[in-house]
Amino acid sequence: MAELSGKYLVGVYDDDDTVLHAVPRLRKAGVKIKEVYSPFPIHGMDEALGHPRTRIGIAAFMFGVTGCCVALTLMIWTMGIDWPMIIGGKDPISIPAYIPITFELTVLFTAFGMVITFFISNGLGPGTHAHPRFDVRSTDNKFVMAIDLGRNSMTVEDISRALKDSGAEEVNIKQF
Amino acid sequence: MHVTSPVREPLIQGGKTYADVTEDICRHVEGAPTKEWKIAFGISLLVLAYGTVCLAWTWWEGLGVWGLNKTVGWAWDITNFVWWVGIGHAGTLISAILLLFRQKWRTSINRAAEAMTIFAVICAASFILMHMGRPWMAYWALPLPNAFGSLWVNFNSPLVWDVFAISTYFSVSLVFWYIGLIPDLATIRDRATSKVSRFMYGTFAMGWDGSAKTWARYEYISLILAGLSTPLVLSVHTIVSMDFATSVIPGWHTTIFPPYFVAGAIFSGFAMVQNLMLITRVVYKLEDYITLEHIETMNKVITLTGSVVGVAYITEFFIAWYGGVEYEYYAFFNRMTGPYWWAYWAMMTCNVISPQLFWSRKLRRSITFTFFISIVVNIGMWFERFVIIVTSLHRDYIPSSWAMFSPTRYDIGDYIFSFGLFFTLFLLFSKYLPVVNMAEVKAVLRSTSAQLPAKIAGVAKVRQRGTAEPAFDKDKE
Repeated sequence: MAELSGKYLVGVYDDDDTVLHAVPRLRKAGVKIKEVYSPFPIHGMDEALGHPRTRIGIAAFMFGVTGCCVALTLMIWTMGIDWPMIIGGKDPISIPAYIPITFELTVLFTAFGMVITFFISNGLGPGTHAHPRFDVRSTDNKFVMAIDLGRNSMTVEDISRALKDSGAEEVNIKQF
Repeated sequence: MHVTSPVREPLIQGGKTYADVTEDICRHVEGAPTKEWKIAFGISLLVLAYGTVCLAWTWWEGLGVWGLNKTVGWAWDITNFVWWVGIGHAGTLISAILLLFRQKWRTSINRAAEAMTIFAVICAASFILMHMGRPWMAYWALPLPNAFGSLWVNFNSPLVWDVFAISTYFSVSLVFWYIGLIPDLATIRDRATSKVSRFMYGTFAMGWDGSAKTWARYEYISLILAGLSTPLVLSVHTIVSMDFATSVIPGWHTTIFPPYFVAGAIFSGFAMVQNLMLITRVVYKLEDYITLEHIETMNKVITLTGSVVGVAYITEFFIAWYGGVEYEYYAFFNRMTGPYWWAYWAMMTCNVISPQLFWSRKLRRSITFTFFISIVVNIGMWFERFVIIVTSLHRDYIPSSWAMFSPTRYDIGDYIFSFGLFFTLFLLFSKYLPVVNMAEVKAVLRSTSAQLPAKIAGVAKVRQRGTAEPAFDKDKE
């Protein structure tokens, strides 16, 4: 269906529960949903759409381990190896005194690493305006479902009807 | 789902719809600055200008202008530093700890409280730079190699821990705040009519589209950031207290300091949030979002943390007597009855007695009284740091170095600088950014709104079918 590529059917809902209930219904009816856009997070929406669980937590853990290692290496090397000094009669390498900075750097690396991962994985960045804007009201009060017609084998009329039946108040066609 | 227990009052009043939230919050961002805002901003700039002149002279002439030829000469600067850092604890507490505890009332105030936190930490950092005397050498506090002309920094020192703690706290809070801002910036971008604001908000919104996948990741990282910020916020004031507690000065060398400082920090931070929110809600007409319920809840936190602080004061005093160390005993007895008795009793009155008045429901729901107490608490917490620093130092081990402290013109000018900076930043924030987190408020709106509009509310539909108890109904009360 070459003539349908880049063409989207956009269902506009005015209620988060309606759109959340509509998703499994439409998927059952065989409609392939590209994405749902909402002004606030709808709990359970990513599972309903069949998105895999985010793995950003694993990345965060890795960044945390990195931060912890960097902090300990820095302190043990500078205080114990590069220029050893006895301070307060203690061993040059005194791990208990290093705990606060180790903690702080672990948090710092985790937070920044995770947020940078978040930006990259969502394609967010300054000057990014590349996302298709299906309906500008999706950041205000509407819940917008986008269906890529190029990837669906059902006819436009069938999908529109299914959208309306599931509670969409408007169904528009967007061409990019 | 989405049924609120009838015993709870709704968090957001006035039967708002999602569109109403956007409209109410965006109004002041999109409109021209009001006359009141311009006047307030002008005053802040004047104050900042005066403070900048004093600060410039402090740096130009040297720290001698603070009267640093005695043991207590630097007390003013450190008092102000600890005071501002303490204030900068409420925002992250509200957004992180209350997120973990699933306290939905935080959604109306977290944005402004976090902004307040960030600006307070900037003010605190300015006192660190001030007391360096040569602020252009500030990078020496970083672990830089010996080639820079000195040894490595001493990682055993709490002052170095402080450098790491405060810079981590500042940057992580900033990131947390910014992540929360992105969806709201996208809302403003999509409503913007002028090219300039579309470009500016568009740039900072970073192409946010609110897709389900992005929201899922957003919620996930918010939770992890909250989990990280919770121990972080506790660690910062713990480390600030260790600046004192690891020394051998009587009155400072106490193990009670970390929890006592953290409680005090939350106490003063909430008071400052109250202070700013009570003004903001009236000026921006946000009474439906920041309700009496919010004010009362914050007052309860103030009472709780104020009680912790009170218990800490009494414990500290008891141990000074019971411990049998004569220097320790003298330091505390001198605080109470010595030349600075007035500062000690100001602290006790403001911090121990005044929050207990909130046990009365009538008082903690009174806006005027809350505003008054929020100022009293901030004065009290300033005196707490003053008492800890000055009274412990002004009677040294050697009587020949006994001294009294009085601030110089530049001490006061530098303090005024921090107020100018704080209010200038806060006013800029409150004009150009949404003061309430729209996305989060919309997410809790359904379960909390007073009158659920049948059109948007699933609950109303359920009620028609008679399968569930109705949500809280204001008219029935």
